[in-house]
Parts: sequence; structure tokens; C-alpha cells
Amino acid sequence: MLELNYDGIVIGAGPAGIAAAIRAKELGLKVVLIENRDLLGGIPLQCVHPGFGLHYFREDLTGTEFIYRLFDKMDKVGVEYLLKSHVHSIEFIAHNEKIVNVITPKGVLSLKAKTLIYTAGARERHMFEINIAGDRPAGIYTAGEAQILMDMYGIIPGKEIVIVGSGDIGLIMARRFALEGAKVKAVIELMYYPGGLIRNVVQCLQDYNIPLYLSHAVTRVVGKKRVEKVVVAKVDEKLRPIKETEFEIPCDTVVLAAGLIPNLDMLEKIGLLADPYTRGPIVNEFLETNIPGVFVAGNALVINDLVDYVVEQGELAAEGARYFLENDGIPTMDWKPVVKGRNIRFVVPHYVSGRRDVTFYARVQYPEKNVIVTIPEVGWRMKMFNVRPAEMVRVKLSKRLLDGASSAEKISIEVAPSE
Amino acid sequence: MNEEDLICIICPTSCTLRVCKELSGSLRVEGALCPKGVEYAIREVNDPRRVVISVVKVVGGDLPTVSVKTSKPVPKKCIPEIMKATASIELKAPVEIGQVVIRDICGVDVIATRRVKKVNSIYLFKL
Ligand SMILES: Cc1cc2nc3c(=O)[nH]c(=O)nc-3n(C[C@H](O)[C@H](O)[C@H](O)COP(=O)(O)OP(=O)(O)OC[C@H]3O[C@@H](n4cnc5c(N)ncnc54)[C@H](O)[C@@H]3O)c2cc1C
Ligand code: SF4
Repeated sequence: MLELNYDGIVIGAGPAGIAAAIRAKELGLKVVLIENRDLLGGIPLQCVHPGFGLHYFREDLTGTEFIYRLFDKMDKVGVEYLLKSHVHSIEFIAHNEKIVNVITPKGVLSLKAKTLIYTAGARERHMFEINIAGDRPAGIYTAGEAQILMDMYGIIPGKEIVIVGSGDIGLIMARRFALEGAKVKAVIELMYYPGGLIRNVVQCLQDYNIPLYLSHAVTRVVGKKRVEKVVVAKVDEKLRPIKETEFEIPCDTVVLAAGLIPNLDMLEKIGLLADPYTRGPIVNEFLETNIPGVFVAGNALVINDLVDYVVEQGELAAEGARYFLENDGIPTMDWKPVVKGRNIRFVVPHYVSGRRDVTFYARVQYPEKNVIVTIPEVGWRMKMFNVRPAEMVRVKLSKRLLDGASSAEKISIEVAPSE
Repeated sequence: MNEEDLICIICPTSCTLRVCKELSGSLRVEGALCPKGVEYAIREVNDPRRVVISVVKVVGGDLPTVSVKTSKPVPKKCIPEIMKATASIELKAPVEIGQVVIRDICGVDVIATRRVKKVNSIYLFKL
């Protein structure tokens, strides 16, 4: 039975939301999970490739297999959920009262909750965000759209493909197109290094002889009704296209794999503070934002490359919500800011108390070999042969280690060259 | 003596492996941080294999396709044969995860990796 008052409402039923709802239910919270689409599962449902769950289930699963494991778990625990229910807005009434307005097939509902766990994922960057000029004919898709068409509905969107962006999503889609018999003419990458994991460059591009153009940009799309070609140019060190180097690649389809951005508009309207580097919220070690009782996990928090971390964040947010409910708010603590040192682009969470175990998720700014990742305040170090922006660095610190830094005013994380 | 550089795809460390063919014919692998990399490099040179993934048409289900994968990695040269086979069949819903979709092709099975429920309503997204 749908009720109007909850301990917690989870918004978005991807892996983060499902994991949060399961954990919240296990902890005895009265919780409901709300999903926009007519299917639970979020992104993994459309990912037919392996590479999911190596940490969480200790097995290499496809995205689809992974998400069905979570569904089965959810079923055991008996989580209540809504489908085809779009969360339209959130109202902040008091620290322990929020209203969630949901458009459902049965009309608009206003549900009340003491805490929110926001797991609405990320959106894909579109053409206008990456400075591609020219025509706007048919045949331009984001990688996620192409993936849904091919891997859920069995429709191949084109025959001659140019992929913009070499992140893992672009690489994986290049392989899917090649496997289905489409010709992938090129993958174009702005930076001088590939955006995705090297293993994906090998298995997805080299295996199928797909050319990767590093330090190149698509400057223009040309086509009347359907895409006919793209214009590509080399870029200089400031990433500006060099006019004299322009050349054309004929194609009928452009697939944009230019990155994901946390989907936060709804929270920004009620005063959420965001980190300009993650584009996600600023959070404490419970993944609570600056809005009391609002927790964020998964790709809405930080763009994750591994679903295992997404699930871990969902569970942590649920534990945070429980702690909030027990104490009528997260108690005031002597929060220490987490500071970015050398070659760190971002780190989440942003504040820690030092009184419990913490998991940090960080990305580096540029690739580097033979380094030591350190947190000097607690004397923690880890030798790494390679750090790359494509691979999130995950560091778990125990309370015991953090105890040693109880007088420190901050906690910093940095990458140092190893001698 | 032949030399070849490979990147290990077993784990994200992505070690660069150098495979040298000794005069005796045996292979020597350098650069691997763990034995799995050595194993990978030798196989990659002699008999490269991959798990193949695709989707297969389904009629009467809540989705018009089911995703599939090979139960084990197959020799790379078998990939076209498997893709041809998956493109030419059609299943009836329901389909369960792990269900064998094609038995014994190139020495492996093709198995379903998504669940497709049977529905009576007709899905109008024509393939
Ligand atoms: C192409 C691709 C390949 C990947 N490959 C791998 C891999 O090999 N291995 C791996 O471990 N990870 C992989 N990932 C990463 C992983 O899939 C994601 O990190 C993970 O799915 C993020 O989960 P999430 O729950 O945060 O978001 P999502 O999965 O995006 O789920 C968000 C959910 O919220 C819903 N929602 C959004 N807005 C609203 C609203 N207003 N109201 C109600 N509901 C809403 C959405 O419909 C969606 O169901 C891949 C991702 C992509 C895109
Ligand atoms: S050699 Fe070992 S450590 Fe290196 S990438 Fe391969 S599996 Fe990983």
C-alpha cells in the first residue's frame, strides 16, 4: 500500500537506488523507491558487456546479469517501489521533513519523508556542450541512446559510425557497432590520451582495427536530412582545433560519448552546493549534502566507472539515513575538510569526522607512472604503477588509522612521484 | 628472435607485456606483475580468445531482445560465426538468465544474460 509518510524516499532505481533501498529496508526504515522509467535497473540493464560485479559479487558479470542479482536481493527483502513515476520536484520543509512531488500514472502525488536518498544518476553531455558546429540532421545519438536502441530494442542506428569521445562508453559502443556489422570509421578524442581504460582500447578498438584519433576534435557535422560526414581537425596544446589540419570523414551516424554529468537540477533548486570538479554535491562521510537529511549516491554523487562502488555508496547513504533518523539529524561534528594535493582532480567525500571508517573516491588530473598515493596526516601510502584519469582511485581508511590524525585540521590526499 | 608488445587485459592495472620468442621456440614474457599476465600473453600470442556478447530477438516478451554471451571465451576467429548465428535465431518469451540459447557452437554455449517476461500485449516496435 502506498502511504504518504516515509522515513526515507529513494529517488531513481539504478544500482545505487536499489542498493540504498535494500539496505534501508534491512535497517528497518520505512522506505519507498521511485523510478521514472517502466523498468527498474538504470544503466546496467542496457549494458550487455561483462565487467560488472568483480568486487561486489566476486564474479565477472554482464551489466544485465549484475542488475538481476540485485533485483533478486531486492525481492527477498521486499522493497516497495513505484515505476513510471517521475520525481518532478522536492520541497524542503524542515531538517526532518521534505516533500517529494511525483508524477505517476495515477496522478500527481506528494509524498513526505524525513530523509531522501537521491540516486537519479547522470545525464550525457550533448553536442552543444562540446562545441560541435554545423547541421543538425538525423543520425546523431548519444552513446546511451544508441546503446538502448541496440541492446534493448535490437535496432542498429546506422551503418557508418564516427564516435566522439574515447571514454569507456565510447569504446564499448565502438565494439558493439563493429560486432553488429556496422563500420566504425573512427573514434575521435580531444585529449592526448584515451579517456577509457587501456584494456578497453585493446579489446574494443584494436581487436576490430578501429582507428583512434587522439588530440583531434570533430568541429562540424554536415548533412541535409541524415548525417553525411563530419569535419575533424587536430587540436593544439590549448585544445583549439588547427584549421589547416581539417579533414573529412564520410559517415551516416555520429555517436557522442563525451562524458556524463551528475543529474542534480532538482536539488540545486532547493539550495544544494556542488563541487565544480565532480559536478556532484559536496558531502560528508555519510554522503549527506549541505541540505540536512538529503543523501546522494551513485552517478548523481560522482561519475563512477565501477558499479561496485555505486552499490557501496548506495548502502552507505542508507546507513547515513538511519543514523540521521536515530539522532534526529547528523550530530554536529568537528568536520575536517578533505584537501586535494598534487595530481588530484577531485576527491569525495569532502568532509570527514575522523570518528569512523571512510572510503575516499578520487581521480587524478593526468596519467602518471610509478607513483605513491599518500594521505600524509595518517601516514597512509600506496604504491601504484599507473594512475589514469579514467580509473577512480578508491582508498579505504579505518577509524583506527584516522584516530592518529585526531589533531589534524584537514585530511589531504596526493600523488607523489616514487623515487 | 621475435618480440611483441601486448597490454594485459585481465585486470585494470594494464601491464605492458613484452613477449619474446626464444630460438628454442618457447615464449618468454616480461613486464607482468602477476602470473595471470604471463598466462594471458602466451595465450594471446598462440590462441587469442574473447567472450562474445550480442542480443537475440525475442517474440512475446516485455522486451524485443535478450542479451547473450558465450559461456567461455572463444577463439577470436570464431567471432563472426557466432554473430551470424545469434542474428539468425528468434526466441519465444519467457527467457531466463543462464538459459542456453545456442548449444555447442565453436566449443561453447551461448547463454542469455537478461530475463524476458512473457506478455500477451503486443509490442509495436517492429524490428
Ligand atoms: C555505457 C556504460 C558502460 C558501463 N560499463 C561498466 C562496466 O563495464 N563495469 C561497471 O562496473 N560499471 C560500468 N558502468 C558504470 C555503471 O553502470 C554506472 O556507474 C551505474 O549504473 C550508475 O548507477 P546509478 O544508480 O547511480 O545511476 P543509473 O544507473 O543511471 O540510474 C539512475 C536511475 O534514476 C532514474 N531517474 C532519473 N531521474 C529520475 C526522476 N526525476 N524521477 C525518478 N527516477 C529518476 C533513471 O531512470 C535511472 O533508472 C558503465 C556505464 C555506462 C553508461
Ligand atoms: S599482469 Fe597481472 S597485474 Fe598486470 S594487468 Fe595482467 S592481471 Fe593485472
